Amino acid sequence: MESCNCIEPQWPADELLMKYQYISDFFIALAYFSIPLELIYFVKKSAVFPYRWVLVQFGAFIVLCGATHLINLWTFNMHSRTVAIVMTTAKVLTAVVSCATALMLVHIIPDLLSVKTRELFLKNKAAELDREMGLIRTQEETGRHVRMLTHEIRSTLDRHTILKTTLVELGRTLALEECALWMPTRTGLELQLSYTLRQQNPVGYTVPIQLPVINQVFSSNHAVKISPNCPVARLRPLAGKYMPGEVVAVRVPLLHLSNFQINDWPELSTKRYALMVLMLPSDSARQWHVHELELVEVVADQVAVALSHAAILEESMRARDLLMQQNIALDSARREAETAIRARNDFLAVMNHEMRTPMHAIIALSSLLQETELTPEQRLMVETILKSSNLLATLINDVLDLSRLEDGSLQLQIGTFNLHAVFREVLNLIKPIASVKKLLVALNLAPDLPEYAVGDEKRLMQTLLNVVGNAVKFTKEGNISITGFVAKSESLRDSRAPEFFPVPIENHFYLRVQVRDSGSGISPQDIPNLFTKFAQNQAIALRNSSGSGLGLAICKRFVNLMEGHIWIESEGLGKGCTAIFIVKLGIPEHSNDSNLSFIPKMPVHGQTNFPGLKVLVMDENGVSRSVTKGLLLHLGCDVMTVSSVEECFQVVSHEHQVVFMDVCVPGIDGYEVAVHIHDKFTRRHERPLIVALTGSTDNLTKDNCMRVGMDGVILKPVSLEKMRSVLSDLLEHRVLFESM
Amino acid sequence: MGVLDNQFLQLQQLQDESNPDFVAEVVSLFFADSERLLNDLTRALDQPTIDFKMVDSHVHQLKGSSSSIGAERIKNACVAFRNFCEEQNIEGCMSCLQQVKQEYCLVKNKLETLFRMEQQIVAAGGSIPMMELSF
Repeated sequence: MESCNCIEPQWPADELLMKYQYISDFFIALAYFSIPLELIYFVKKSAVFPYRWVLVQFGAFIVLCGATHLINLWTFNMHSRTVAIVMTTAKVLTAVVSCATALMLVHIIPDLLSVKTRELFLKNKAAELDREMGLIRTQEETGRHVRMLTHEIRSTLDRHTILKTTLVELGRTLALEECALWMPTRTGLELQLSYTLRQQNPVGYTVPIQLPVINQVFSSNHAVKISPNCPVARLRPLAGKYMPGEVVAVRVPLLHLSNFQINDWPELSTKRYALMVLMLPSDSARQWHVHELELVEVVADQVAVALSHAAILEESMRARDLLMQQNIALDSARREAETAIRARNDFLAVMNHEMRTPMHAIIALSSLLQETELTPEQRLMVETILKSSNLLATLINDVLDLSRLEDGSLQLQIGTFNLHAVFREVLNLIKPIASVKKLLVALNLAPDLPEYAVGDEKRLMQTLLNVVGNAVKFTKEGNISITGFVAKSESLRDSRAPEFFPVPIENHFYLRVQVRDSGSGISPQDIPNLFTKFAQNQAIALRNSSGSGLGLAICKRFVNLMEGHIWIESEGLGKGCTAIFIVKLGIPEHSNDSNLSFIPKMPVHGQTNFPGLKVLVMDENGVSRSVTKGLLLHLGCDVMTVSSVEECFQVVSHEHQVVFMDVCVPGIDGYEVAVHIHDKFTRRHERPLIVALTGSTDNLTKDNCMRVGMDGVILKPVSLEKMRSVLSDLLEHRVLFESM
Repeated sequence: MGVLDNQFLQLQQLQDESNPDFVAEVVSLFFADSERLLNDLTRALDQPTIDFKMVDSHVHQLKGSSSSIGAERIKNACVAFRNFCEEQNIEGCMSCLQQVKQEYCLVKNKLETLFRMEQQIVAAGGSIPMMELSF
């Protein structure tokens, strides 16, 4: 045998060992080849597997190992060099790959491990989310239940239905065994079982309201778990066998309308509560969950609101019914009133005509009778008839006027008229009566009083006449003064006429007239009654039975129509009284001279401020005497002139109100006259005012005049304006000393 | 200086429908009075022994009348006259009397002319405007 290059085993191969090795190697190779196949197969199936190339590496490593072992099969026996080379290559490759794999695994294995951790973490998270989902779902369930409950509760406005529905729905939603509502009694000291779920007719159990458990529930707005043994929870007799379920109680605020203020929430202290008790089924081992408690609380609040709505609705329905009834009643009352007014108007219209016709006949025929020949007795009788019938006619007119005034059917007849003339006419009408009673009547019109005014002349005159007539009627002696002037805004706001708020307007002015008399006066209690119809002052009525008591009421109506105010002041019985009225008149646009249609009865030029003022003028000088007389005549005075002191002595009387005397005539002691007058008239109000007219400007004259008791000194020459102002000052102040 | 002052205007104001001839009456009264007074004065001053008191009283009267009418110049003359009377100055009095007479004649002529013209105007169908007093 030649020596061969083949490697020979050292020992002789054991056949059996060889066989086993051969088989194991074969199976190892098989396994090594199949593992990657399996891996590939399952990875392909799973579709998500990171690290593919690791797998490739691992596969390669295993395959090469398998290849190595496979090739090893051939090396058991004699093998050629090729086999050896292949074997070597395989082994080398295997070594490389396995080393690479080993190195790679250092990085891979921690990653793989962490994957596992992450998986665990995600599982936990999933579990948590599941839990939360469960919670949300329960809450949503609760919300749905609440909405449904609220809907049920709010769908009715009937109190009982609301409460019943609440209990029913709550019972259904929460699967309660029993649900009960305790309402406070009227006294507020007890709670009475009002509604239950299962029991049809709750017997009137009551519990006192001051129980600690009840206070506990009332003091919190949460649902409170209470013991099943407390009186409010013991609705059914305990059978003793079973465990009663848990009980929860919640307060239900009872809101009253009066609790709501506009900007405030109702005070807690005034709240009344009802108690709602809910019981879980016994023997169910159920617990009250938080969401269920919340549900209960929300429902309790909703119930409170729904109840208050129901209460409000009830109130408004009641109020509406009441209003409707009242409306009907008012309607029928109005119709009755209208019928009554119509009937009265018809009656008055008929009576007006019917009454006036015979009245007219009586008056006319009596006047005619007066014209015929009559014996004195007959004349007296006829005069009485005439007077009485005139009175009656006035009365009828007054009544008719007043009823027309009350209706508001009276309208003022507006026109332009002479204001001053109205005053003068009234004065003329009143003068005869006044002079019979020996009363002095003085009229004083302010210089700024317009001569013409726009208004109802007839009614103004009627008012003025009435007022002045009253003054004359109720004055037995003394004087009456009538003043008329334009009221300025300060005097318009009289404290005695607080409800009168005149507004100054363009083209209008307020005429204020004051009639003062020194008569019997009126006691302050009677003053409010003066203007009421048919009410007469008793004391006056006794003395003076004429007059119906309507006069002042009519005046007041007229004055009101003229947007004015009338009132009477008096300091008391016997102290005279003053009647004051203010009326609104318009100012005519055109001035006097261009309008010839307004020719007055009295002279236009000048203002007769002092009509009827009796004046005595003493002056030696004829010219100045006639000038002074002319001045005074122009002012409307009743002037008598004397030219000597003796004449003056003879003529002067208490009728003269002013005596003008010229005192600068030397040789004549005018002062003597003054002294004489003082002696003659001891009482001050009878003595005429003595005024000296003098041309001398020295103080000596003035002193002398004052010494002898003259009331005034005027410097000559006297202008018209000066005389007018002097006279008005004199009459008002009763003294005038012009500064020299 | 004017013959008539504001006083005359005042008098004219006093004339109205109830007193249509007031001015004429007063003026004629004034003329009568003044002439009488002037005559008295002339006579008094002609006396050998002049009674100054009486003269003074006459002049005083004249002064009063003229101021009532508004005859300013006469009044001023009278004032001067009275002063001379107090001094008992005969020459002064005489001269003043002359002056007073002159003034009187002047006023009288003027007034007569005025009235004549007014009558003519009224006769011709016009109207006499009232003078406005301005204060």
